[in-house]
Amino acid sequence: MKPADVLVIGAGPAGLAAATAASRNGCRVAVLDDNPAAGGQIWRADITRPHQEDAARAAAIAAFHTSGAALLPGRRIVDVPSPSTLLAEAGGHFETYRWDRLILTTGARERFLPFPGWTLPGVFGAGGLQALVKGGYPVAGKRIVVAGTGPLLLAVAAHLREYGASIVTVAEQASTLQMLPFAASLLRSPGKLLQGAGYRRTLGATPYQTGCWPISGQGDEKLRSVTLTNGRRTWTVECDLLACGFHLVPNTELAQLLGCTLQGSFVQVDSQQQTPVAGIYCAGEPTGIAGVDAAQVEGEIAGLAAADCDPLPTRLLARRAKEAAFSRRLTHAFRLRPEVLKLASQETIVCRCEDVTFGQLQTRSNWTDAKLHTRCGMGPCQGRICGAATEALFGWQPTSVRAPLFPIPVAAFCDESSSLNAPSAR
Amino acid sequence: MPDQQIVIHVNGSPISVPAGCTLSAALLMASAPCRISTTGQPRTALCGMGICLECRAIVNGVPHTRTCQTVCQEGMRVETQS
Repeated sequence: MKPADVLVIGAGPAGLAAATAASRNGCRVAVLDDNPAAGGQIWRADITRPHQEDAARAAAIAAFHTSGAALLPGRRIVDVPSPSTLLAEAGGHFETYRWDRLILTTGARERFLPFPGWTLPGVFGAGGLQALVKGGYPVAGKRIVVAGTGPLLLAVAAHLREYGASIVTVAEQASTLQMLPFAASLLRSPGKLLQGAGYRRTLGATPYQTGCWPISGQGDEKLRSVTLTNGRRTWTVECDLLACGFHLVPNTELAQLLGCTLQGSFVQVDSQQQTPVAGIYCAGEPTGIAGVDAAQVEGEIAGLAAADCDPLPTRLLARRAKEAAFSRRLTHAFRLRPEVLKLASQETIVCRCEDVTFGQLQTRSNWTDAKLHTRCGMGPCQGRICGAATEALFGWQPTSVRAPLFPIPVAAFCDESSSLNAPSAR
Repeated sequence: MPDQQIVIHVNGSPISVPAGCTLSAALLMASAPCRISTTGQPRTALCGMGICLECRAIVNGVPHTRTCQTVCQEGMRVETQS
């Protein structure tokens, strides 16, 4: 057993802010993350540009280290053996962590919507391709279509272009009209406005086509072209890669396993970022898709609340309220048009782990029925990808979350220290 | 790019990659799929962050290793998983 007063799960912007705040206020803090380094997704370190640090990331990580909080990377939470412990897997062995206060900052993942060709090599998530490029995949000279929806598309396109990629087009499914109130509201957030303007500048003459979405990708062993439409006209562009994501969905599996209730798709929290389960706090994207600024302020509030700071600084509460309003406009601006939910053909694979097609799923009545009859959602990702897709396509609600939260080696079940071999294991 | 290059083996062939490179990025550089799906399709990394599990491959003999969350080490051997 390794004691830690406050345990934070996830070392992204929310987790780093939470840990820093709790540590500065006298708590012993440890942060677990499944990645090899701190930063989460948005602040993922770029191995090709080690000296070109994002200023906000550098400041957050420096503050974190100065605070004395400990970072334990490469650890993935797989189970909740008792109400106040978590079981983590790290490189094939297991560790148990005890906590007095737990802060969940597990971030979000991209939503993927199936369309013919989306399983071809050469098709990536938008953030997915960005992560791979930061991990060393060179894209100089490659022709890339960036498509889907959300503010991430512009950021990813600008980033890829900086690396020498030729961006064929950025296809945003939301219409200009739908995005107008969001764009106008950016005038009230000069930081975000400048960031957007910066991306646009980087992109130069690259077309940013609104009300435009991909309907298929073509290729034999790998992607060769993408067919796009604006609902009136359909055209095909040749390309090497497609970076396509339809905004974000929250990672709430651990919160659910801990018994935290959801409100819609998100973890329910009060004004202190506390969930209905005593001692468990949640901040950042799992409580609502709102971006890095919201994640940092919510994380700081959660860290202060977990350290029993009372009252919470009003400036933080005001900033959180402002970011919450931004989140609502974001959700509205990038809501999915009905057409993008009808892209799959009978043969299109929806569940990539088990190769279950849209045709096989069409006749099923709900998530459990689909799982039982087709194995949809029963592969290694445990429905994290196809669950969000079938929710969007069919309105199916994924059922209960069970341990282990991620696939682990069978050896784990033989490990005496593991809770997963107990007779009562779920 | 970082100065240091290291050599890993992808499906038996050596490839030079920058130090710190993720294994999934190295597989893309080698044009090798991470895995072959249940119906025989080649697959490469999708989400880039260890969630979708499309990046799993056999690393130093260990199957189901998430290559997006594995950093290349000198002499590492990775094979497409089928």
